[in-house]
Amino acid sequence: MKTGIIGKKLGMTQVFDADGKVIPVTVIEAGPCTVVQRKTSRGDGYDAVQIGFGPKKAHRVGQPMIGHFRKAGKGAFGKLKEVRVPAESPLDAGQEIHVDIFREGDFVDVTGQTKGRGFTGLIKRWNFRGGRATHGSMFHRAPGSIGASAWPSRVIKNMKMAGHYGNEKVTVLNLKVIGVQPEKNLLLVRGAVPGAKNSLVFVRHAVKKGNTAVS
Amino acid sequence: MSLLKELETSKLRSDLPAFNVGDTIRVYSRIKEGEKERVQYFEGIVIGFHRNAIASTFKVRKESYGVGVERTYPMHSPLLEKIVVKKKGDVRRAKLFFLREVSGKKARIREKKDWLGKKGVAVPAEGTADRPAEGAAAESAAPAADTTETKE
Repeated sequence: MKTGIIGKKLGMTQVFDADGKVIPVTVIEAGPCTVVQRKTSRGDGYDAVQIGFGPKKAHRVGQPMIGHFRKAGKGAFGKLKEVRVPAESPLDAGQEIHVDIFREGDFVDVTGQTKGRGFTGLIKRWNFRGGRATHGSMFHRAPGSIGASAWPSRVIKNMKMAGHYGNEKVTVLNLKVIGVQPEKNLLLVRGAVPGAKNSLVFVRHAVKKGNTAVS
Repeated sequence: MSLLKELETSKLRSDLPAFNVGDTIRVYSRIKEGEKERVQYFEGIVIGFHRNAIASTFKVRKESYGVGVERTYPMHSPLLEKIVVKKKGDVRRAKLFFLREVSGKKARIREKKDWLGKKGVAVPAEGTADRPAEGAAAESAAPAADTTETKE
């Protein structure tokens, strides 16, 4: 069953593998997610499931969404996401997706919202090197030349300059699953994952490892 | 406890003996040479801990053929076969990095005296000679206990 799952990034730690090597892992509290709606190619033009994660207080749900959630009958959810599934997928509204869709050794893609860094200079945003701090260099963290003068008389598009950095959706591809703990809904993924602790992330089977694209 | 902490705690090793900075220990670790696996030991003074739950490490230093050698071991590594505490060191700081700068007599670590043991049971005969000086330095209860025992 190739689908995705929504989870909460808990933070990073390390584990030892069979050879005693240290592996850095991100721990994700993944799921359980409830299928809120099943979309079919006959009715909607494509096959997908809408999954919900994290409870939402009933009094915070608006009238239109109350009706929507009622169809699945599993309460309201704070986060909804649509995931493409094959037409023959048995998933239907009301069913749950658990972290055991992943196995140790699988590869996954993880999508998250990166930490917002605000208006950022070139050194942090584009890894420019900057100039010398002392000896009267007068060139510290400035961008340097951003183009020629008479021609083209303008700054070319996509010039790397200071500006807003972070708080964007980023997907990290092909992270290895180091461990799965279905009883605690925990997923251990090798390496770092976008986003702050306690932020929501979306995990799916790695598309570049031959899995059908979801999301 | 958060799920993350719970996960970390469940993987900590508790089977190794307690030791401290300044102790002389012998660390037995498994190493792989090609296909074969064997146990190698490294004996030296613990010069510091890096305490961070599952990521904790400790540094062991020894002098080998006149060259200082330091090894850092992960405290919870499955490769640690066992640890034997050879000597308890009496030190007053958490990191003994000054040992890198000194050698010979200066690089010695004073051995820890077993004060509690002295209070409880009979004192070894060879310890009596230097007792007065040490007893004055220690807390008042210690010398009192010592004197009664020497009379016996």
